[in-house]
Amino acid sequence: MAEREYAYYSGCSLEGTAVEYDMSMKLVLEALDVNLKEPEDWSCCGSTPAHTVDHVLAAALAARNLSIIEKMGTDTVTVPCPSCLSAFKRAHLGMAGDASFKDQVNDLIDEPYNGGVISKSTLQIMYEDIGLEEVAKKVTHALPDLVVAPYYGCILTRPPEIAQFDDPENPVSMDKILEAVGVKVSSFVFKLECCGAAFGVPKRDMVNRLTAKVLSMALDSGANCIAVACPLCQQNLDLRQSQVNALMGTNYNIPILYFSQIVGLTYGLTPKELGIDKLIVSADDLIRSRITVEELAQNKAAAEAEEKARKAKQKEDKTKTEET
Amino acid sequence: MRVGVFICHCGSNIAGTIDVAKVAAEMRKVPGVAFATNYMYTCSEPGQDEIKEAIKREKLNRIVVAACSPRMHELTFRRTIEKAGLNRYFLEMANIREHISWIGLDKEANTNKAIESVKMAVAKAMNNKPLYSQSFKVNKRVLVIGGGVAGMQAALDCADGGLEVILVEKSPSVGGMMARLDKTFPTIDCSICILGPKMVDVAQHDKIKLYAYSEVDDIKGYVGNYQIKIKKKATYVDWVKCTGCGACMEKCPAKNSYDHFNFGVAPTRAINIPFPQAIPKKAKIDPNYCRQFVKGKCGVCAKICPTGAINYEMQDEIITEDVGAIIVASGYGLVDMDKFPEYGAGRYPDVITGIQYERLLNASGPTEGHILRPSDKTEPKTVVFVSCAGSRDKSCGIPYCSNFCCMYIAKQAILTKDHIPDSQSYVFYMDIRSPGKGYDEFTRRAQEDYGAKYVRGRVSRIYPKGKKMVVVGADTLLGTQVEVEADLVVLATAVTAAPGAPQLAEKLHISYDTFGFYVEGHPKLRPVETNTAGVYLAGCAQGPKDIPASVGQGSAAASKVQALFSKDMLESDPAVAKVNENTCVGCLKCIMTCPFGAVKEKELRGGRIVANVIETVCAGCGVCTATCPCGAIQLSHFTDNQLLAEVNTICQK
Repeated sequence: MAEREYAYYSGCSLEGTAVEYDMSMKLVLEALDVNLKEPEDWSCCGSTPAHTVDHVLAAALAARNLSIIEKMGTDTVTVPCPSCLSAFKRAHLGMAGDASFKDQVNDLIDEPYNGGVISKSTLQIMYEDIGLEEVAKKVTHALPDLVVAPYYGCILTRPPEIAQFDDPENPVSMDKILEAVGVKVSSFVFKLECCGAAFGVPKRDMVNRLTAKVLSMALDSGANCIAVACPLCQQNLDLRQSQVNALMGTNYNIPILYFSQIVGLTYGLTPKELGIDKLIVSADDLIRSRITVEELAQNKAAAEAEEKARKAKQKEDKTKTEET
Repeated sequence: MRVGVFICHCGSNIAGTIDVAKVAAEMRKVPGVAFATNYMYTCSEPGQDEIKEAIKREKLNRIVVAACSPRMHELTFRRTIEKAGLNRYFLEMANIREHISWIGLDKEANTNKAIESVKMAVAKAMNNKPLYSQSFKVNKRVLVIGGGVAGMQAALDCADGGLEVILVEKSPSVGGMMARLDKTFPTIDCSICILGPKMVDVAQHDKIKLYAYSEVDDIKGYVGNYQIKIKKKATYVDWVKCTGCGACMEKCPAKNSYDHFNFGVAPTRAINIPFPQAIPKKAKIDPNYCRQFVKGKCGVCAKICPTGAINYEMQDEIITEDVGAIIVASGYGLVDMDKFPEYGAGRYPDVITGIQYERLLNASGPTEGHILRPSDKTEPKTVVFVSCAGSRDKSCGIPYCSNFCCMYIAKQAILTKDHIPDSQSYVFYMDIRSPGKGYDEFTRRAQEDYGAKYVRGRVSRIYPKGKKMVVVGADTLLGTQVEVEADLVVLATAVTAAPGAPQLAEKLHISYDTFGFYVEGHPKLRPVETNTAGVYLAGCAQGPKDIPASVGQGSAAASKVQALFSKDMLESDPAVAKVNENTCVGCLKCIMTCPFGAVKEKELRGGRIVANVIETVCAGCGVCTATCPCGAIQLSHFTDNQLLAEVNTICQK
């Protein structure tokens, strides 16, 4: 019997370019005894294209899904993609705060949405509902070579009145989760800097310059990979890395992993089932260092013993010199 | 009963949206009204003369003036009818300006409402009784709360005028914020050099009694006769024995104590004298850091002190002082850096506040006047100033301008160049606000002579990159984004009310605004008075202001006290509660509800217990009248009968 149950709305990206986010997220949540229920006949969340044209239409697209979830009898939906999440929250809060807006939206959809669904990111349920302690308990493996720059992107915690999660300017939830599973996290100041988002289509050069800044700051912070929680951030940082190199004359080669993939690796899941092979910039070299926690403990003990022996020898040498 | 009604046009303020002639005509139909008229400005000299003449000509014995708020002119018209031989409490005002003409544009509705309002006033006036003031003695001592420059100026002016002054300062030394500044704009004269002598005068003046490291605990009484409880906080050092030698401070092992005087820009010792010019120059222990208090053992200062002044057992002490007037100069606070997550929320050591930078510039500061950045104690070559950090920012809850930041940033930019000639300053600003004498020339000098680069635009974020702080902002004149790699960033953090300002206001029974600043009696005409008789304001407690304005207010408040104390006797307000001893059952619930302690128990000759109101203490709030189960306690001038007469009038159709 699973401990927790949520509706799980994957959204379009996780069926396509971000399928590895979906694979890894589901496996990690399964390991954490979370039961996920996929809403029947879900549709577009109403993200970017709709809300640039019409807020009612955008909310209606989201509310159609929320209405389906409401009928499933689940009060919380967990959403891996921040863009979907933001669309859901905007629709929900907009309808809750304005009765006439709610009526306009409900007029457009078959079944009305009555405001009974809470939307949370998968990051939020791991951080707040499941908790760091539970997340840490499932760890079987260590990644000693990894130094991760946690990258949250623009909308996971902002605007604060919509996101209602973590610190809007200095989020720490992903940092804490990664630290809980034993991964080294760098002190990264560009956690929220713009990745260029969907401007990759109309203004590719601008996006490449923005991504270059994020990559360079990650390297400056001492990281050798970046953890993300957003399909679009992942795409801009990973897929466009060669474009960045071509445009800026740089030589970046930084793996961009979903935070769920990193957590999955520490849970002993295979790179294949976590979709690591689907990344453009290969992470294979980095994760080859993976060992079990027992091995890590042995290595640590051995290193300590060696250090002790070295110190003892130093002391011995010192006394000898003093004697002579 | 012959009531006279005077409807004021107040230019077009009232007549613009009320048919004043119609109101007057309607009043003439009201039984008891012998005369009704309307006039352009009733408060003007001819307007007042008309009232006086009408009283004589028409033999009027009650007067109703329908005009502005009684707050504005009740006293004016009371004096007018008194001159014509009527008791001043025979006046009644109907506020048809603030309550009617200013708030609605529908002339017909306004006129109807005005008619009802004036009718109510007529009904009340007909029930008004003559009341007579008592006179009482004034205690000619003054309490000044706050020993910053405004409070010290007020204290010195009062004392020089011969008044005894009690000066209460909550920190261990007088001087306030000004004592922390390095130089002052626009003259670049040394702040402590001009303030120090004043501090010494305060300490040495035989009319001034200084309570440093003390707070006002409780205030009882009324204008002319206040009883003040002052809490002398425990310093753990006997200030009679302490010579201020500083030996304890040198030897104290608790070296990482928070330095309140330096706003934490560098640590201090747990036992310390805040700064070399401190008045009084005495040591004080911070029990949050002292090892004797935290760990229960140390005692180094007790061993080292040559006069044996250390006393770890010291307790707070309550002292009572009687005064006749109070000047509140309790100063200001600064918004916390954690309000600015986009600027690092205080996490980056090289992002500091303006007052912290002031301490780095100051020769008696922690770096002895060498500008060294906090992280690595190196000299910054590029300094970025961010003005309006919080000010004029609704998202911070601070919509107002902090008044003096534009000027001190210009000053700090000039001083930075003086200290480090090969440095470059950048100032991000919204507007440059420099309206004082010589101020605009000063900000121009910072730009033209000292090469400070002024960038018009807001800073969106600050982040560290290696040893530099990258400041990202907009240049709205060029329409581009700008990034400056700075060594040090100075935020001009917004001025807020002093911590605890609302609580002090409640003790004083004075009003404060949404932001905690104290409200003056009138924004233009009574700038240092409050609406509570005997309580005056000076300095930033009333709102952000610079040194000249604070000093001006300190002197102004002192002169107001002098004027108050020029009389030996004051007149009490007779509009206070009165007990009808025949109907009082002696339940004494009124004693429990009176917020001023004005009701006392009284034994009649037959041994019956009744309530008794001390007229001079009663503030006339009326809480007791609402409490009394048998209507025995009545507020004069607002009795049940008087108020019911008004209610009956509007209920009749």
